[in-house]
Amino acid sequence: MQLRLEVNGESRSATVAGAASLLDVLRDELNMPGSKGACEQGECGSCSVVLDGELVCSCLVMAADCHGSTVVTVEGLAREGELHPVQRALVDAGGVQCGFCTPGFAVAAAHFLGAHPGASPDEIREALAGNVCRCTGYGAILRALTGLAG
Amino acid sequence: MTVDTARTVEVRGGIGESVAREDGVPKVTGDFAYASDLWADGMLWGATLHAPHARARISRLDVAPALAMAGVRAVLTQDDVPGATHFGQDEADQPVLADGEVRYWGEPVAVVAADDPDTARRAVGAIVVEYEQLDPLVDPEEALDQGEVLRSVRIRRGEPASGEVVVEGYYEVGQQDQAPLGTEAGLAIPDGEGGLDLYVTSQWTHVDHRQIVACLGVAGDMVRQHPTGIGGAFGAREDMSVHVHLCLLALRTGRPVKMVYDRAESFVGHVHRHPARMWYRHEADPDGRLVRVEAKVLIDGGPYLTTSGAVIGNASYFAVGPYRCGSVHVDGHAVRTNNPPAGAMRGFGAVQTCFAYESQMDRLAAAVGLDPVELRRRNLLRSGDPMPTSGQVIEGPLPVDEVLDELAAIPLPPEGGGDHPFSLPGGTGLTTPRSVVRRGVGFALGLKNIAFSEGYDDYADAEVVLTPAGAEIHSAAVEVGQGMITACRQIARSVLGMERVAWVPADTSQIGSAGSTSASRQTQMTGGAVHDAAAGLRDEVLARFDGDRLDDRGVWRGDELVADLDTVCADGPVRHRVRFRHPDTEPGDPETGQGDTHADFAVAAHRAVVDVDPELGLVRIVRIDTAQDVGKALNPQSVIGQIEGGIMQGVGLAIMEELVVDRGVIRNGNFTDYLLPTFADAPEVRAVLVEEGSRFGPFGAKGVGEPPTISSTPAIVAAIRDATGRDLNRVPVRPQDICL
Repeated sequence: MQLRLEVNGESRSATVAGAASLLDVLRDELNMPGSKGACEQGECGSCSVVLDGELVCSCLVMAADCHGSTVVTVEGLAREGELHPVQRALVDAGGVQCGFCTPGFAVAAAHFLGAHPGASPDEIREALAGNVCRCTGYGAILRALTGLAG
Repeated sequence: MTVDTARTVEVRGGIGESVAREDGVPKVTGDFAYASDLWADGMLWGATLHAPHARARISRLDVAPALAMAGVRAVLTQDDVPGATHFGQDEADQPVLADGEVRYWGEPVAVVAADDPDTARRAVGAIVVEYEQLDPLVDPEEALDQGEVLRSVRIRRGEPASGEVVVEGYYEVGQQDQAPLGTEAGLAIPDGEGGLDLYVTSQWTHVDHRQIVACLGVAGDMVRQHPTGIGGAFGAREDMSVHVHLCLLALRTGRPVKMVYDRAESFVGHVHRHPARMWYRHEADPDGRLVRVEAKVLIDGGPYLTTSGAVIGNASYFAVGPYRCGSVHVDGHAVRTNNPPAGAMRGFGAVQTCFAYESQMDRLAAAVGLDPVELRRRNLLRSGDPMPTSGQVIEGPLPVDEVLDELAAIPLPPEGGGDHPFSLPGGTGLTTPRSVVRRGVGFALGLKNIAFSEGYDDYADAEVVLTPAGAEIHSAAVEVGQGMITACRQIARSVLGMERVAWVPADTSQIGSAGSTSASRQTQMTGGAVHDAAAGLRDEVLARFDGDRLDDRGVWRGDELVADLDTVCADGPVRHRVRFRHPDTEPGDPETGQGDTHADFAVAAHRAVVDVDPELGLVRIVRIDTAQDVGKALNPQSVIGQIEGGIMQGVGLAIMEELVVDRGVIRNGNFTDYLLPTFADAPEVRAVLVEEGSRFGPFGAKGVGEPPTISSTPAIVAAIRDATGRDLNRVPVRPQDICL
């Protein structure tokens, strides 16, 4: 089918085969490889995007179901060359190592803190418990985000 | 070598500063290219047929149905390998594709290149294979009895001796997976002249390259392997995965070929931590001083050698830990089975035996009626002492006392912990009221070598180049996320006095090997090469212009700029290339293991505080405190990142991470069933860095990646024992080990 959707404020279209996920379409059809595939079953959050206002694992979403939807990916967080505060904080606090989980963390954290700007450390941890990081042990990520929330 | 620290220059972005990593911004914006993100015009997609048996004979293999499919460009089997049919960095015993017999579940049998990923996967399904199943060898003790030995290490030091207090124990370590978030992936691009460029997940491009060209049967300069973006390694990239497959497909089709393993393939696509069985006997005086340690260590290497030799070497040489003992008897064996292949993982070998010897030390403390920390203090190994295993006299600082003192000085968290679900075992599952929770505190100390040991010719090449635009570091060393590139740039800045220092990744044709990004070695090895190359370059340029210092503008004599960088580089860039070697090591004596086997050592200590629900067997790790011997923290933020991340992998091994293997078959090869620590599981970490300067290494730095993963696991288990009174001789500790 011919899929039309809005990605990071731009109207995009792609030809979609039956079983393709939103993640497949973003990465392979729309040339936006920022969202990462790591588990293919919604356990690690590396593919997190905001779909019609909801945080989702794009590996679990059928692309064909996204016709007419609005999607925000990691590529859409920075505005006019300025990093999103969450991105800036992750860099400054050392919350990035191998970085494979980072796009998903940035999207999920920006989405959560946008709705809960005064979140406590425990609330941040709970909100991001669906995003797995294998490198940092989460300490630097928590420091980055609590700095913003505080 | 002796490091000339007197010439350290104050410069912004130099050593000791928490300089932000240069790939931080592209990683947060999604612009950073990982191997799985690479793209080439006209590229094909590769896919792999994995064997569905742990051991089988291939009685029929017919690729014709796959080859006949529209869009399929090549289907290759072991018969299509033009050069050496087997590979391996220490011994070429692993077939590129199954060689008639399958020896582990998931072994690659055939590979396909097709126009798109879906066609490639369907073509894999169209390959006809008939297997004659064979009985897999899955019991490592049976393998040892049958003589299926990959390597044995025999250590005999001192005369047999006996103590009045004897503690015997048997311990097991389950099989942990590195679970890097980025899976095995790569892109091979033919050059049209019979060669190719390969971009693939790797920890050591040159050692891959040597094996690849052997398998392809081509000259070394026909293949150029490039460092590429990697989503974590932790040992999983120490051995090859899709490397030769990509090259074979690209050369056969004449087109670029990309492969990306999915998570299920990744679980069979790399080596895992060796599972271990360990039998220990400690004998001590009534005052707790060790008299004799006997250990038998058996690790399961799976079907091929990979790096099992180094792993059983470490397990054996560090089988006693950082303790003095004059009478030591260790038999270490790595055996060959049909279980999943095992190899390098963070702390390789030292992790397994640390769990056993630290458990033994706690039991010994109980047997003689001493506090566990005091028992350790009575036995500490210090600089100038002989290693209990190899007899090697430890040169250079080994701040074991300082590590213990600093750890003890960290205040314990307050009792209680509140009723927020996040602070309770079981978390938001709301399984556990605070009233049933029992708190425990545990402690452990660990020791490991840094860089390669036992006579390995271990070196790192680096070149520092001065251009009118600034300095460049050229190296083939692979950044896997740990921050090595940032640290090397800091080193070069502090040596040169220049802020403008760029890292230029080199392929295998452009410079010699940097060695492996493993064994906590790159900060000291590539960092050492960068230090010496920068110092050589600086000295050469200063001598030429009779200057006394260098900066981003040029050469200075007093307050006078005597040559700007354009002048310095008038005849072209100035280059200084160094091959850096650590102090020589030697193989241990084959009968006794005695010898100067290691180049450097590092220690760390961990204290874990846990809350346990003894009825449900659930554990909440409240806090992990640590003090670590880091030599000199070149980038404190990055060192803390290694410590916190390494501890979390120790947390995983302690209470949740284990491959469930049933007659050679992995039953939980996905992230739903293989449990990784999440934000909800993460304890608070307090860390103290102990800086005493290393025996070698730039500005006294030591590698810091592995010690956090070594003693964190036994500290957690000791804390669970303290909370529950259970014996707990195996990791990971499962709920049923606590509550049944």
